[in-house]
Amino acid sequence: MTAETTHRAGADRSGAAIDVQDLHKYFGDNEVLKGIDFHVGNGQVVCVIGPSGSGKSTLLRCVNMLETPTSGKIFVEGEEITDPDADVDKLRARIGMVFQQFNLFPHMTVLRNLTIAQEKVKGRKKDEAVEIARATLAKVGLSEKESAYPAHLSGGQSQRAAIARALSMSPDMMLFDEPTSALDPELVGDVLAVMKDLAAEGMTMMVVTHEMGFAREVGDNLVFMDGGVIVEEGDPRVVLADPQHERTQLFLSKVL
Amino acid sequence: MASPRQRAARWRYVQYAVLVVILLAIILVADWDQIQRAFWDWELVKEQFPDVITIALKNTIIYTACGFTFGLLLGLVLALMRLSSVGPYRWIATGIIELFRGLPALVVFIALSVGFNLAFPRYEIPFGNLGVVTLALGLVGGAYMAETIRAGIQAVPKGQMEAARSLGMSHGRAMISVVVPQAFRIILPPLTNELILLTKDSSLVYILGLSLSGYELTKFGREGMNSASNLTPIIVIGLCYLLITVPLSIVVRRMESRAERAR
Repeated sequence: MTAETTHRAGADRSGAAIDVQDLHKYFGDNEVLKGIDFHVGNGQVVCVIGPSGSGKSTLLRCVNMLETPTSGKIFVEGEEITDPDADVDKLRARIGMVFQQFNLFPHMTVLRNLTIAQEKVKGRKKDEAVEIARATLAKVGLSEKESAYPAHLSGGQSQRAAIARALSMSPDMMLFDEPTSALDPELVGDVLAVMKDLAAEGMTMMVVTHEMGFAREVGDNLVFMDGGVIVEEGDPRVVLADPQHERTQLFLSKVL
Repeated sequence: MASPRQRAARWRYVQYAVLVVILLAIILVADWDQIQRAFWDWELVKEQFPDVITIALKNTIIYTACGFTFGLLLGLVLALMRLSSVGPYRWIATGIIELFRGLPALVVFIALSVGFNLAFPRYEIPFGNLGVVTLALGLVGGAYMAETIRAGIQAVPKGQMEAARSLGMSHGRAMISVVVPQAFRIILPPLTNELILLTKDSSLVYILGLSLSGYELTKFGREGMNSASNLTPIIVIGLCYLLITVPLSIVVRRMESRAERAR
């Protein structure tokens, strides 16, 4: 299937997993997001690319409110997470997030990293949490590392464990913030393979990345951001092969 | 010309020689009989037992443990208040910390033992002297530990809190499960220091005027010294302090190296 343009005026977005409307974000006087309209359909994989400082990570971090938007609205499966009365913790439990620096909890074993939020947030019984954690670890190929501490994992293993930690919460969607940027080149493939499997299973994913190959192969939609605005978006194969805007062309000529 | 290595070796011999000369001088000049009579009278040493252990050492440990436990809890609460986004919490915590960090522990003891009764004659600090010691040591230790704990919390990378929040944990839950345990690992050495300082500060309990059963090491040693006109009891209780603090240091060093391996 090919992605349709996401900006049809008046399109019915009620089925969208993530719907961002006229989002502005200032850091002090610096406006890093200048009116973003963005949406991810259910089951879609949307990749966001752009030069550093373009605001792509900030956009992703606004989706689960790790950054508080200055203005604008964000809906997660129809519920407004930017609503001051929204139960942000509850919504976050449904949104998995993977960080560039993994952010595994260093004082817990890999298994405990995967079970703690299941128990403390979702209220699952210990046995059930462990069972789910083991199944998830098996999925990312880390079964034999369950009692290791994060310090003893390689970068690629750490990131796969971090993905497993997010997945063990049985999220409805996953956010990836440059998941392979901190990895040695030879370890990137393992992580991307896990992400591809996830996409093939129909997981809704928003991926900020520099991996153009991944975007071309897996992405339903590609968004190019620069200077706090969305410059161009569309089918990744089309955008990557034939970018329409000068800024997109310039960026792609540097990274491809 | 000697090579640099030969010169380094020669310099090391000189250092050893100086050390040996100093030690020899001390051994030859000191009047060992006199020193033993004044500091280590075997009869007096025997007289200290078993009370020095069953009363004095026991009480020192109880006072310190109660004071440290209360201080640690108070310090954690004060540290979290200092980091609160609510202004008045920060101001109150800063006030308490500055007050009790700035006052000598002895003054805090006097204020609590004498001052409290004068200010609130109808009330009493619960658990008698133990309550006063716990409060006084806890307030002094807690004020110090609050700043240490705050620094430890701030030393935990921001991504840890973000990862915990992204999993749906509330701010408080993330603090308890993720940030504070890592902070305590970072501040284990300064907390040990504080525990050792409190062990010694527990001697200030003498100001409360205790009966024999409440003596801790220092008071016990001073009474013994006064009645015998000899320093031996002081040496014995000094060794007892080391009996507490040295194993403590060893245990903490073990814990540190274990934590290091898990990192």
